[in-house]
Amino acid sequence: MSIKKQEILKVAHLARLNITTDRIEEYTENISNILDLMAQMNQINTDDVTPLSNPLDAVQRLRPDIVTEVNQRELYQRLAAQAEEGLYLVPRVIE
Amino acid sequence: MGIDATKSNDDSIVQSNELIDISAKELHKMIYRSDISVMEVVDIYLKRIEKFNPQLNAFISLLKKESIDKAIEIDNRIRKGDIDNILAGIPYVLKDLYCTKGILTSCGSKMLSNFIAPYDATIYEKLANAGAVLIGKANMDEFAMGSSNENSYYGPVANPWDLSKVPGGSSGGSAAVVSARLAPFSLGSDTGGSIRQPASFCGISGLKPTYGRVSRFGMTAFASSLDQCGPMAVSAEDIALILQTISGFDEKDSTSADIPVPDYCKNINDSIAGLKIGMPKEFFAEGLDPGVAKVIEQALQEFKKLGAIIKEVELPTTKLAIAAYYVIASAEASANLSRFDGIRYGYRCSEPKNLLDLYERTRWEGFGDEVKRRIMIGTYALSAGYYDAYYIKAQKIRRLIKNDFIDAFKEIDVIMGPVSPTTAFNIGEKSNDPVAMYLADIYTVPVSLAGLPGMSIPVGFSDGMPVGLQIVGNYFNEGKILNIAHQFQSITDWHLKIPSQFI
Repeated sequence: MSIKKQEILKVAHLARLNITTDRIEEYTENISNILDLMAQMNQINTDDVTPLSNPLDAVQRLRPDIVTEVNQRELYQRLAAQAEEGLYLVPRVIE
Repeated sequence: MGIDATKSNDDSIVQSNELIDISAKELHKMIYRSDISVMEVVDIYLKRIEKFNPQLNAFISLLKKESIDKAIEIDNRIRKGDIDNILAGIPYVLKDLYCTKGILTSCGSKMLSNFIAPYDATIYEKLANAGAVLIGKANMDEFAMGSSNENSYYGPVANPWDLSKVPGGSSGGSAAVVSARLAPFSLGSDTGGSIRQPASFCGISGLKPTYGRVSRFGMTAFASSLDQCGPMAVSAEDIALILQTISGFDEKDSTSADIPVPDYCKNINDSIAGLKIGMPKEFFAEGLDPGVAKVIEQALQEFKKLGAIIKEVELPTTKLAIAAYYVIASAEASANLSRFDGIRYGYRCSEPKNLLDLYERTRWEGFGDEVKRRIMIGTYALSAGYYDAYYIKAQKIRRLIKNDFIDAFKEIDVIMGPVSPTTAFNIGEKSNDPVAMYLADIYTVPVSLAGLPGMSIPVGFSDGMPVGLQIVGNYFNEGKILNIAHQFQSITDWHLKIPSQFI
């Protein structure tokens, strides 16, 4: 089952990846081959099978709704490409 | 061992090529007897790294100053009688996806090539508290995606047994370090085989614990329902010490299992007479290299000598494991890697035209091809119209794979087979064929999907390259696996072999 170039572009956009024109064909072919591998899953009927999302069938653990973390915004914002006065800076969004 | 007990404080009584034959367990005793100081040990390993690493490219960061400072601290504490931990004084290496505060944590990627972690991973905290000495961060396939360590922004790693061959991946650097004896142990990570396969290719021992056994806090996530941290070392005995130190429930990891940690060393010397070993017929079918098959069969004979009984078992869903694994792993990766957007940390593209351009170019430029492929596969599998056909279908197959193991474990105590269909392949041989690379994960991914513990131990050579045997245990049964591996290592010496150019 092949994937078409249009779908590759759509998926790239969903994944926020700027796929360059010179790479589209190669990516389409590789991803197509991988999807063919995945199509093997259709070899068996799984209508009555319960999906497994956690290997131990564990349930999400909850904790009391109380604050346990300390605000370390300054420490973390030091890592940003551009940050000022507690804000992360990006190109203008609203015209 | 021929070690001279009389020494001056200035000379290292143990030479580099004697130290590399000494286990972490024995080294610890020597330190506590004052036969050698932690400073001397660290110095020897730093010199070995300087000499040998250029051939391997196993390190992303070498922590000379930090490790010397830590060595001095631990020497002082040992002198005062203030620290007694089984790993105190032992140098080690961490795969570069574990957060280490103040130290570069790159995940082998351009995306994080400027990322100085602002906090410590839980396993790093545990090892630091135990007095182990971090000497470096190991090279790896980018974001743990790969089986050859050819996908690193920092270049490929070479296999110490043959520099033209891959060490395996994604914990290739961690494996090469132990194989060439550049450190007594390392921590790798395993999602679909990333500890077990490089351990096999490099002739060392490596263990992937049961899912949830070891905390994932501070471990850069690839696939959250599969990732596990695990030890890589020369012997099962040493792995037991490391596992003991890093295991346990962690409040900060909501997938961490609240199950007590047993004493992994307590039963390690137990006899394995009567042990029922299952050999899955699907693991010995077409595709397995005959040279590898022969070595595995010889290893199974050694287990018979120890009194074990071998039975054939069936894991019928094995043939769909790779398909299911790559859907699930890619889907989870696409979600986990969406945080890399150039805003809060990591690489940002230059002169973004607008916010969308910032995201799209940052991610296209920051990630390597394998990572981008998997993100796109994952995005596709989770997208509207495809979610049921891919992601849910894969989760159903995952259930069947788990059920296969549960059924098998009713008949036998452990499962054994090859780790990989072949020994290490040449650098560049499979890098243009992603599917060929994926197909070689056939024996390791089912274990990951089921969340079971699995270990690789070296059991021989084929065409001059190491062959690893996989030992798969039942949930939280790492003690049994270590006992079995140790019994094998007590009557054989494959695990002690070192590639001659690194002696």
